[in-house]
Amino acid sequence: MDKNDSVGVSIRSVSKRYGNTMALDDITLDIEPGEFVSLLGPSGSGKTTLLGALGGFVTPTSGAVWVGSQDMTYMPPHKRNIGIVFQSYALFPHMSVGENVAFPLRARRLPKATWPERVSKALAMVELEGYQDRGISQLSGGQRQRVALARAMVFDPKLILMDEPLSALDKQLRETMQIELRQLHRKLGATIIYVTHDQREALTMSDRVAILKDGKLVQIDTPEVLSSDPKDSFVASFIGDSTLLPVVRSDTYSVKLGDVILHSTRPVPTHPDLLLAIQIEKLLVHDERHDPDMNRLHCRVREVVYQGDSIRVFLDMEDGATISLRQPSHHLAYQKIPPIGENLTVALHPEDTIIVPNTGCREPATNVA
Amino acid sequence: MKSTALAEHNALGNSRDASLRYRRREHMLMFILMSPAVLIVFLLLIVPLAWLIIQSFYVGDGVSLEHYRRIFTERVYWNTFLLTFRISFVVTLLAFLMGYPLAYAATVLPKRWAIVILAIVILPFWTSVLVRAYAWLILLQRSGVVNEALMGVGLTSAPLSLVHNELGTIIATVHILLPFMVLPLYATMQKIPRDLLMAGASLGASPLHVFRWVFFPLSLSGVLAGVTLVFVLCLGFYITPELMGGGRTVMASMLVSRNIQLYSDWGAASAVSVVLLMCVLVIFYVVSRLISLERILGTK
Repeated sequence: MDKNDSVGVSIRSVSKRYGNTMALDDITLDIEPGEFVSLLGPSGSGKTTLLGALGGFVTPTSGAVWVGSQDMTYMPPHKRNIGIVFQSYALFPHMSVGENVAFPLRARRLPKATWPERVSKALAMVELEGYQDRGISQLSGGQRQRVALARAMVFDPKLILMDEPLSALDKQLRETMQIELRQLHRKLGATIIYVTHDQREALTMSDRVAILKDGKLVQIDTPEVLSSDPKDSFVASFIGDSTLLPVVRSDTYSVKLGDVILHSTRPVPTHPDLLLAIQIEKLLVHDERHDPDMNRLHCRVREVVYQGDSIRVFLDMEDGATISLRQPSHHLAYQKIPPIGENLTVALHPEDTIIVPNTGCREPATNVA
Repeated sequence: MKSTALAEHNALGNSRDASLRYRRREHMLMFILMSPAVLIVFLLLIVPLAWLIIQSFYVGDGVSLEHYRRIFTERVYWNTFLLTFRISFVVTLLAFLMGYPLAYAATVLPKRWAIVILAIVILPFWTSVLVRAYAWLILLQRSGVVNEALMGVGLTSAPLSLVHNELGTIIATVHILLPFMVLPLYATMQKIPRDLLMAGASLGASPLHVFRWVFFPLSLSGVLAGVTLVFVLCLGFYITPELMGGGRTVMASMLVSRNIQLYSDWGAASAVSVVLLMCVLVIFYVVSRLISLERILGTK
């Protein structure tokens, strides 16, 4: 497929009400042709409902969904020409791999003679050449995932939706598949909308990530911007591995954490309730050679945890709050960390000093490692 | 060195003995727990069945194949078995045609409607077969509600003979056996993941296409289970054809009772029962090659 073939998606103030709850609350979102966008949010944030509205399984209470130059709000699913990869894979258990992949061709009444070539081409895309005659029950989880992918793209859809497609795979396979999906996206050139609750996955794969909370779109940006300039504490707590500490505005570019003044390169938001988001990788052990503008924090080492590829240090601050930093586990990093109970000064660059308005956090982070 | 190895070996052997003893004790306990049920099945099913089979080979005081010869050569018997199979076939077909949409509706409609549909199907199940057969008798008789209504609307000018014949037998039997069709179908359909239907639609298949290529094939094991159950139960139906058939529709089970009531010929009655039993076993055998029996009997 040609890159120019892919279509943009325009979600125009879409709302969905179930009884008294708003599953989607006035969501407006434009996706460029060929873009890879993730919908990220905790369960119940509305990301699956939004995907349902795109796929035609959920009719919005108000608003419109456009794909390319077509209003698809009320179009039945089978006329939308959108490839969907389901969380459960939804492979037909009574059909072979080949029959599963040929299903969209049969449904479109394409001449039977063209099936074998298209099926083998789609299977080759996901590196399952020659699997046509296998039964679904003979496949591993990763292989099923690939068949589901092949089936969703055999009819050259211009838009592909994926609903947590990797959540049933083990960690290692998941990371391999993330890279493969990225490459596949580049090869196909189709627009991909990807639902996940795993922030790392979203950041790894996407051109842009849309963060949803309680049916509302909180922020949509590139992974870099989300990480360096989160809009509020919800986004800051969702992206990366951060500690949030209450701070008080001191002037346009600085805040007070206890008695310590911290400088930021971005203007401090005008909000009565502010939080400092310290990302675990951005906190450094203080070194005389550092930039003199670095913010410094005096702490006491509480715990040092060896995590294989990295060491994690838990630090008590003077006011009792706990922050932590992570360093690659090479010998030099070890040398710099004093024994438990000793004092340690850590540094945070003004560029990495992120101040956000307090709008609540997600539940305790699941991705701590 | 050698002695420790030996001791180890012994210890291993002992522990294996211990686990074996434990397992044997477990089995013994299980057997004791099961024994009342086993005893009942043995006394009330196996023994009478054996007696039935033995009896079917006796004429007067001598051993003979006379009863079986008669069954396989005399027209009356042939006709009765033919009629029994024909009625069973029609009943099964009708129960399937009526039961499939019912089970499908109960599967796809919202939960509360599913409950209503299943209740309507199952409620009559809790009343006696006799009561249901008499109810149909009253409804379908010449001056019954159905005939009155048909004439009232003007569809017919004279009462139809809906009862005391094969038609009456079929109508009542279908009604009585319908739950045996609907329940296995519903159980199977319930297990078809909704994701598969959504996937079918997303891949471009119209609702009819999804039904034809996804839903229906996946419901086939339920169809086979329901069809087998209804067919087999119908083969041995007695009360309903006796009441609804008006004495003209003689099914195999009625042949059994007539041989006893009219001719006191227990041997002939036994032989008919044995042939009927064999028919059922053959059907179950054939079907069990296609799907597991646990599925038909609903234990899986």
